[in-house]
Amino acid sequence: MCRLIAVTSDEPQSAMLAMRALDVMREGHDGSGVGLFMSDLSGPFEELKGLPILSGIFTADGVNRLDEYMSNHGFATRYEVSVRARSKTPPPGTPARDAYVIRVYEYPQSWEGLGQEEIELRLMLTRLQLRQMGEAQEDMIVYSLWPDVIMVKEIGDPLMVTEYLQLDREELKARVVFAQGRQNTNYAINLYACHPFFIQGVASMTNGENTAFVPIREYLMSRGFPGYIGYQSDSEVFTHIAHYTLHSLGLGIEAYKHVITPLQDEDLESHPDGGFLKQLKHSCRRLIIDGPNVVMGRLPDNTLFLVQDRKKLRPAVAGGRKGMYAFSSEMCGLDAAIPDRDKSKDFQPMHLDTVIIPSDRSEVRVCSQMETLALLH
Amino acid sequence: MLSNGNLSPSSLSVKDLLWQVQWDKEKCTLCGRCCAVCPVHAIELGVHRKRFVQVPSLAEIGPSTSSTSVYQVYHGIRQKTDPAYACVGCAMCNLVCPNGAIIPLRSDEVDKLRYHINQGGQPRRRGGRRNAPDTLNLGTLDRIKFIRISMLTDPALDAGRHEFELRTLLGRVLPPEENLKLYRENGWIPPVREIYPLIIGSMSFGALSPTMWEGLQMGVAYLNEELAMPVVMCTGEGGCPPRLLRSRFLKYTILQIASGYFGWDEIIHALPEMKEDPCAVEIKYGQGAKPGDGGLLMWYKVNQLIAAIRGVPTGVSLPSPPTHQTKYSIEESVHKMIQSMYMAWGFRVPVYPKISGTSTALSVLNNLTRNAYAAGLAIDGEDGGTGAAYTVSMDHMGHPIASNIRDCYLNLARLGRQNEVPLFAGGGVGKNGKLAANAAALIMLGASGVQVGKYMMQAAAGCLGSESDRCNICNIGLCPKGITSQDPRLYRRLDPEKVAERVVDIFLSFDTELKKIVAPLGRSTSLPIGMSDALAIDDNNAAERLQIKYVV
Repeated sequence: MCRLIAVTSDEPQSAMLAMRALDVMREGHDGSGVGLFMSDLSGPFEELKGLPILSGIFTADGVNRLDEYMSNHGFATRYEVSVRARSKTPPPGTPARDAYVIRVYEYPQSWEGLGQEEIELRLMLTRLQLRQMGEAQEDMIVYSLWPDVIMVKEIGDPLMVTEYLQLDREELKARVVFAQGRQNTNYAINLYACHPFFIQGVASMTNGENTAFVPIREYLMSRGFPGYIGYQSDSEVFTHIAHYTLHSLGLGIEAYKHVITPLQDEDLESHPDGGFLKQLKHSCRRLIIDGPNVVMGRLPDNTLFLVQDRKKLRPAVAGGRKGMYAFSSEMCGLDAAIPDRDKSKDFQPMHLDTVIIPSDRSEVRVCSQMETLALLH
Repeated sequence: MLSNGNLSPSSLSVKDLLWQVQWDKEKCTLCGRCCAVCPVHAIELGVHRKRFVQVPSLAEIGPSTSSTSVYQVYHGIRQKTDPAYACVGCAMCNLVCPNGAIIPLRSDEVDKLRYHINQGGQPRRRGGRRNAPDTLNLGTLDRIKFIRISMLTDPALDAGRHEFELRTLLGRVLPPEENLKLYRENGWIPPVREIYPLIIGSMSFGALSPTMWEGLQMGVAYLNEELAMPVVMCTGEGGCPPRLLRSRFLKYTILQIASGYFGWDEIIHALPEMKEDPCAVEIKYGQGAKPGDGGLLMWYKVNQLIAAIRGVPTGVSLPSPPTHQTKYSIEESVHKMIQSMYMAWGFRVPVYPKISGTSTALSVLNNLTRNAYAAGLAIDGEDGGTGAAYTVSMDHMGHPIASNIRDCYLNLARLGRQNEVPLFAGGGVGKNGKLAANAAALIMLGASGVQVGKYMMQAAAGCLGSESDRCNICNIGLCPKGITSQDPRLYRRLDPEKVAERVVDIFLSFDTELKKIVAPLGRSTSLPIGMSDALAIDDNNAAERLQIKYVV
């Protein structure tokens, strides 16, 4: 099992906060890899909020090819954080890399006047193109190309990697921080298989094995959406299902759980939205996950969500105080991240719950699948 | 044979027959039950003359001593060797014998009878099954293993304690975007039924005896109403008893329409009086046991009741045409037929075609995907059974179900329609008794559910058929168990209540076994349709063909 921590805070936080929380949960991960997702960024990135940020790992050749590709397509570098290793020797297990890139681009001039949807599509296609180029020559790994989003994934112990890459710097603080400590079940680690996963502003990370992976993957890949590719990890489908629920079905995150773990028929009979939910269950049948999973995610507006599988076979807890909340795999992780909270208000979601922390961090909202669904019209 | 006797080409000895009746004079009570019960009159009372040589002692030999032989007569059984009366191996004689004095044994070599069952130029016809035993290698479905067992990486589920929802959908499921839009706009959404994934496949009223049909229907009703298992049963082509058409139990019934349209006059006339819609309508274009050949109810079985329901005279053979005579193209079949059947029930009942396994299944499927009404596709593989067919059709025509269903599923997945047109697989499911394993394998290869016929007959009614050419006389209405007979003297042997009990037994045990398969794979909340990563087979070519793992 992996360990997860997701923090959202009015005060910008360093990645170190999340890494310390992972570190206290280290009995649950083996230090074989770490994934970091940051959004609602502060510092220099705050002024550049609308501009896309590229995150990835590159070889020296890869950087050259990146520069060439981006300038050919009209992207100009606006700002860059140079991620420098603290020492020449990486921590055990971590490979020596040429460059970790976190770079803000100006949009190409030719994109001016494009609608938001078109811009979002083009950003995704650019990322996919870079990824494809990188896979061919093994010189680029691209995690995200999106405004207000930074991602770092690396092999090695979370705390050691964070210290090694000096990710605890002032200019790398963010109000939303996700981190995952990996429990390796594959010997060779593909960085694209590391959590969190990201597509067009939707990010999620998961704990647990996805037993219905193959039919779900087949279904997503046959949707005809260019971003539904990859699937080096069976958990990537959770991110894409969330994206599909929001973008293609036009539903809110409250409906996500109705897609992945629909109610049983007896419950649907008496549900106020039973008719709608039955249609949703039937038509999205191939997206039903069969657990055991806990999914923690972030939506494009920095709303956070947390859901369990139908059997509630994975641990997760939500808690915090006004202005700072967190989801954690374990209570001790939550204690490390937000010690000064009212623990009596900690909430462990069960099989019907979706926990939502809105972007204003005003509350922890829990909605049950048995409740009326606020449908988007 | 007398010295001046002659042999005809079809003169056979008992040794030449497939089934040889062994009779034990010591145990026989001469009660005659065996001869009375034999459906094909293969045995008769034999009066045997036997010579005893009595050698007098030397002292007794004298001029008056005559013959040393004494002829005695004893009574017993004689097996006929005329091909028309060849033993079919049903072993009813053994069942009724109070002393176990008689039993048919299978020949130790390939029989000669097979060269002679075409007397009068009429090729052999039979009922039952393909008689491909596969006992050594097992069939492809039997050899598929479920290898993705949840171990430490994720907890295996408890088949006995977790909640399970192992249902499937029958009906055209729209893509989510379109479905939700139509729902919001109160548009027409194709009807979809949630049913149990094991369906009692089409066996007609006529092919089956009234007691067998009644038993199946009672079992299905009990499963639905008492055990909340939405099991459904297809009528086959033979119409539907008028009372059932007008009862609430019709909702558990899939009405089949086939190329002879038998029984549809009755069904159409009952429409205004129906209390419930049927579960679905199945349009039969083909049957796995005899692809390209129409249904056949031989005259033996067309009694008054059958004739009335089917709207035909009594005592005539009822061969359905191989194709629907009014349709000349697939477009016509798909559009006209499916849509007109929808119209009959006000677009509230799913309509889907059933075809026999064939290399052209993909073409049919592609046409169905373009029709907004097609509610699914049932494919019946070569191992499917039948009430009557030419042996050559049963033995040599058709396509195995595993690769046919897999090709269709993968094609749907390529088109993104895998949730829209459910596939139902039939033909040899549970043929070697491994019903749940075969069904689970087909579901993970891509079927939404499976149809079974022969298994129900064997397990619910004690059909004697096996994959070794035993019995197989469903076609002539002489079923010794009363399952496929229309003769009251025979079908009274079958108690419909007991059949219903067995139907319930079968479904309950199947349900437990299916859970015992899917729970260790970590699946419980949805049927693992297309979960091919769980499958493997110990044959590299089969693995490659089915796109599953190869294990040894």
